[in-house]
Amino acid sequence: MNPKMQAINVSFYYGKKQALKNVSVDIKENEITAFIGPSGSGKTTFLRLLNRMDELVRGTRLEGRLLLDGENIRGTGRDVVELRRRVGMVFQQPNPFPKTIFENVAFGRRMLGMSHSQKLEEIVEKSLREAALWDEVKDDLHHSGLALSGGQQQRLCIARMLAVEPEVILMDEPCSGLDPISTLRIEELMQELKKQYTIAIVTHNMQQAARASDWCGFFLLGEMLEYGATGEIFSRPQNKKTEDYISGRFG
Amino acid sequence: MLLRGSFDRHLHVLEKEVFAMGDMVDKALENAMHALKNQDLKLAQQVIDDDALIDKKRIAIESQGVQLMVTQQPVASDLRIILSALYIAVDMERIADHAEGTARIALMIGNEPPLKPLIDLPRMTDMVRDMLRRTLDALARRDAECVRGISAEDDNIDNIYDQVFRELLTFMIEDPRTITRATRLMWAAHNLERSADHVTNICERVNFIVTGNFEEMRTSKY
Repeated sequence: MNPKMQAINVSFYYGKKQALKNVSVDIKENEITAFIGPSGSGKTTFLRLLNRMDELVRGTRLEGRLLLDGENIRGTGRDVVELRRRVGMVFQQPNPFPKTIFENVAFGRRMLGMSHSQKLEEIVEKSLREAALWDEVKDDLHHSGLALSGGQQQRLCIARMLAVEPEVILMDEPCSGLDPISTLRIEELMQELKKQYTIAIVTHNMQQAARASDWCGFFLLGEMLEYGATGEIFSRPQNKKTEDYISGRFG
Repeated sequence: MLLRGSFDRHLHVLEKEVFAMGDMVDKALENAMHALKNQDLKLAQQVIDDDALIDKKRIAIESQGVQLMVTQQPVASDLRIILSALYIAVDMERIADHAEGTARIALMIGNEPPLKPLIDLPRMTDMVRDMLRRTLDALARRDAECVRGISAEDDNIDNIYDQVFRELLTFMIEDPRTITRATRLMWAAHNLERSADHVTNICERVNFIVTGNFEEMRTSKY
């Protein structure tokens, strides 16, 4: 199976502080890869490198290479806007724009220059359907996105990202603010989305990583200590520290 | 800070229950053979009555295991220990059922004159008990290497079973009047042969707890 994205010997520094140490990992196409580990272990930092969000922070330094379809995402002349279209991100807190549901989803396309209204409507409907939100909002498309529940807002943000037709979806604790039912809805959605997209997710919820991912990487103090098939990691981890973390002995 | 003191305590209790059940099963094996060998009908009845306690113990282990799965969502070695405790309890219950079967044979034989002095059957019993005890010790020590050796000993049990079978067959051929008594002893031998197979299953569970590998350790020829 082809890796959609690859990290090769990636180290990352915030000033003098090293946040990632020589991380190498493949993110496999049409699969869900979860990154777990205690707070401050580097998993979110790593996820943010995958669509160059780190460049928003001053005084950082990256070593090693990050590839998308085998090409360096930071090569000379690589367009960060194009990268972020291909590699979308969903954040911990749902962050819809203070606009209507329709405009939230259409936003990316409008920014990319699309103005044809019929085509936009098609994309909005398709994206909302893919995000499993259409049936709940189809009669309220011109109401504010902020009026939705937390779980719906998160799915709205997913629809907004899907509208620009990304290839990879990065999720940074997408369910941490959601109730168990909304969480399961997002996890079900991930299983649908992986048929077309490649997904990488950071989660603090062990059960979520076990339930929802195909591959799992364990971060500790900036290193990826263990990586493997999720079933293996949760039934017979090879590293004692992985075992201690997933079974709640520290963290 | 101890993050999971209560979970660890419950796991410890579960494991202690498995060892306690092991002691009960060991006693059942010992008493059933003693009753058969010495035609002690009272002791035979005792083994049969006590089997209900062993069944209860199995249910207690199962219910504790299920509780821990529901409340703690165990993973990794915690999960392997709990799952294996459930399976080990079932295998031990089966061994106890075989001991109960031998006790019932002792009742059936009653005070009839014995066909022969029993030597091989008590020897088989001692071997099975020894295998079970050492397997549970290996569980306590998390010793996968040790259970590998124990499961290989099932061949010795099979060999004695062969020997008992040939001997009893000879009795039956020479004097058909011995057929009923010889057949009953054959059942008792078969109970022990099956018990050793269950010990082998327990060895596989111990190996799974330690290594995480699913592995068939020994296929009995019976």
